Amino acid sequence: MSLDKPYLDVPGTTIFDADQSRKGYWLNQFCMSLMKAENRARFKANERAYLDEWAMSEEQKQAVLARDLNWCIRLGGNIYFLAKIGATDGKSFQQMAGSMTGMTEQEYRDMMIKGGRSPEGNRVLGEDGDAQPHRQPQGAAGRAARGGN
Amino acid sequence: MARITASVYTSHVPAIGAALDQGKTGEDYWKPLFAGYDYSKQWEKQNTPDVVFLVYNDHATAFSLEIIPTFAIGCAAEFQPADEGYGARPVPTVIGDPDFASHIAQSVIQDDFDLTIVNKMDVDHGLTVPLSLMFGQPQAWPCRVIPFAVNVVQYPVPSGMRCFKLGQAIRKAIESYDRPLNVQIWGTGGMSHQLQGPRAGLINKAWDNRFLDRLIAEPGELAKVPHIEYVREAGSEGIELVMWLIARGAMSDVAGSGKAPTVAHRFFHVPASNTAVGHLILENH
Repeated sequence: MSLDKPYLDVPGTTIFDADQSRKGYWLNQFCMSLMKAENRARFKANERAYLDEWAMSEEQKQAVLARDLNWCIRLGGNIYFLAKIGATDGKSFQQMAGSMTGMTEQEYRDMMIKGGRSPEGNRVLGEDGDAQPHRQPQGAAGRAARGGN
Repeated sequence: MARITASVYTSHVPAIGAALDQGKTGEDYWKPLFAGYDYSKQWEKQNTPDVVFLVYNDHATAFSLEIIPTFAIGCAAEFQPADEGYGARPVPTVIGDPDFASHIAQSVIQDDFDLTIVNKMDVDHGLTVPLSLMFGQPQAWPCRVIPFAVNVVQYPVPSGMRCFKLGQAIRKAIESYDRPLNVQIWGTGGMSHQLQGPRAGLINKAWDNRFLDRLIAEPGELAKVPHIEYVREAGSEGIELVMWLIARGAMSDVAGSGKAPTVAHRFFHVPASNTAVGHLILENH
């Protein structure tokens, strides 16, 4: 019997389960290595060469080089591991989280100060909340992409 | 004998630690958050325990994907604050209590909860931010600490009910230790937050406050809430709240040997970075 996954219908959300963990094992272990200052320095000096030391897929390496955290998560990355890349780049957790919404840093920060993202419309796929697939990217970028202003 | 005098609950947002360490507590953004802990620091001065049994989760710091213990008890003499990628927090070394921790491990394991014993472990913001919030910025922490790490990062994570029952076993273990120690049990993490994907930034104030109400008044019922409700209502990282049920399960009213705890302090604030911050102090009777 395969894993029971009652969480697949939550929009904009990837649960880090055993399947994701297997897929992302080396991606996450690479991230873990960035907890050492000397490894952070080596990674920053030549990112591609450092990534090539790990048994990651080419796509995983591209996702890291692009700093596309949604892409990394699709490939098995977990946010607590991926956060080590952000830390290496000097980014805060808020900057990292915001980057996955398509909003600018300021837009995301303002949303949080106003009380955060509402769960309304964002509990189940198929509703109309701002985290649903048809409303990506969010913020001004999304409005422009969808022909609004 | 050792006794549990209180349970403490608090979020452990890393940005709170960074704000403290960088001297930003007076900024408008952070002032209301830290004001919510003024009472708590005063209360800890008057009620300083000998030992804090501190339930938290490791955030891919001490435990990579190589080994993922569901429940891990720190039995070392000391624990160093971890470098999580930004350099280690400038906070004191955490002093453990190997004898007491080993006693608890023996009692709880023989009570059918399979703990992992850890004799070397760095501790991350999940453990050090609560210490900073409750004790401020001292040269040395005012008590010993037994770290108790729960896996809430990779599924399957333990259920709320498993955590609640584990808390009951921990209470028995603590109360059977033959030294006259004043012990607090802390449950940390949460409240609603999601750090990943297009749904990042989710906050659910109504659900969080209902969680606080129920944690105080009907923890046994609250323990029945399945994981999927935490994820849907409180965000994927809101699952950390199951850890609060360990601390609540250790209160005497749950065992039927005491009255309901007194709510000495309750605080709720949005936001700290991506997260809703909740905080309770419950005095045991």
